[in-house]
Amino acid sequence: MSVLLDHLPELWQGLLVTLQLTVASFVGAAVLGVLVTAMRVSPVPVLRALGTAYVETFQNLPLLVLLVLVFFGLPEIGIKGPPMATAIVVIAVYQAAYMAEALRSGVNSVSKGQAEAARALGLTFGQSLRLVILPQALRTVVQPLGNLTIQLIMSTALAGAISVVDLTEAAKRVNLQEAQPIAIFVGSGLAYAAIAAAVGYVTGRLERRLVIMR
Amino acid sequence: MIRARGLNKWFGEHHVLRDVDLDVARGEVVVVVGPSGSGKSTLCRCLNRLETVQRGEVVIDGVPAPLEGRELAKLRADVGMVFQSFNLFQHMSVLDNVVLAPVKVRGASRTDAEKSARELLERVGIGAQADKLPAQLSGGQQQRAAIARALAMTPKVMLFDEPTSALDPEMVGEVLDVMTGLAADGMTMVVVTHEMGFARKAADRVVFMADGQIVEQGAPAAFFDSPQTDRARDFLAKVLTH
Repeated sequence: MSVLLDHLPELWQGLLVTLQLTVASFVGAAVLGVLVTAMRVSPVPVLRALGTAYVETFQNLPLLVLLVLVFFGLPEIGIKGPPMATAIVVIAVYQAAYMAEALRSGVNSVSKGQAEAARALGLTFGQSLRLVILPQALRTVVQPLGNLTIQLIMSTALAGAISVVDLTEAAKRVNLQEAQPIAIFVGSGLAYAAIAAAVGYVTGRLERRLVIMR
Repeated sequence: MIRARGLNKWFGEHHVLRDVDLDVARGEVVVVVGPSGSGKSTLCRCLNRLETVQRGEVVIDGVPAPLEGRELAKLRADVGMVFQSFNLFQHMSVLDNVVLAPVKVRGASRTDAEKSARELLERVGIGAQADKLPAQLSGGQQQRAAIARALAMTPKVMLFDEPTSALDPEMVGEVLDVMTGLAADGMTMVVVTHEMGFARKAADRVVFMADGQIVEQGAPAAFFDSPQTDRARDFLAKVLTH
């Protein structure tokens, strides 16, 4: 226990980095996820195909491979970013594929009549999606999106592979000095669990608030 | 106001519309009747291109209906539509349902749109329900809200696709009353329905469809009292005996 207290500054710093990674990549994934969903349900075949290709690509690659590939591969063709920014972008792009699939299932759960009524009133495709379909779709997928967000928190632990010192990486470094893996990793594990529990709590509240009668 | 020429539509092998021509004059109320599967709903949905036809063209107020995109959206803004299943937007209040399109499509100010929305809801008799969600209303109230939503765009023509078929019997009357009122006010209307009483009372012309074709059409009195074709006689015998 005392080992955690002795190294509290480093671990705390790691926790802050984990939170930054989580928040920033969540925002990125949510925005991209909505865009990809819009492409996947659009009436334009080319956009639909692009959306599908996006999802298939990023769902079928391990995140770690993607991180390493982007961080070490792209500099060879002259594109180089700092580790933190790279981690945020890669995690966001990766998670967006999953978010898009969850959102699409929500879109499919909205009855066809809603889109027809929107079109019949003269709303464009984009307006129907934004004003009528997505708000209803979102409400039905709050729970899966919450689960994906928890998964995203856990994914940030891979950022250490490209030299971002997040909570897991900080814990690993402390353990190299102290060799007390149980205390150090149970401690950092509990911190992840606390963040996940907070997300779960918010998700539950949101779901109850947003539930709509049909 | 509407001129449809040579409409042909297939669902796979099934030929649902066969060379349908339909003209609707300004202020005219055309009621389309016929057995299930005769293509009358499909015809109605083709008029604002919710369904596409493989052959034929629809001209609304002198403008050929565009195939897609913003032009089509603009045309649809002028053609009100009321559905069998109401299709009110479930996540917003009745008032917001009515206000949405005037603000987002016509660019009206929120204040003006709300004012006329409340007037319209008052006119269809559900002013007191404005701030409720659609699911809190009865079927008849929902359908009247849907009519108000369509009217809020001040459409040139209103399409009704079996507006009372999903309603409990005691609520049919309140919706038909609103429609009869609209017809009396001179609205151009195309109404697909099984309500023969409404057809007789409110229609300027009854169009009878069977097997994807317009078999017979005429003034309601003539159609109901002395139908010219066997198909129409047969149909009327079945629906009017009860």
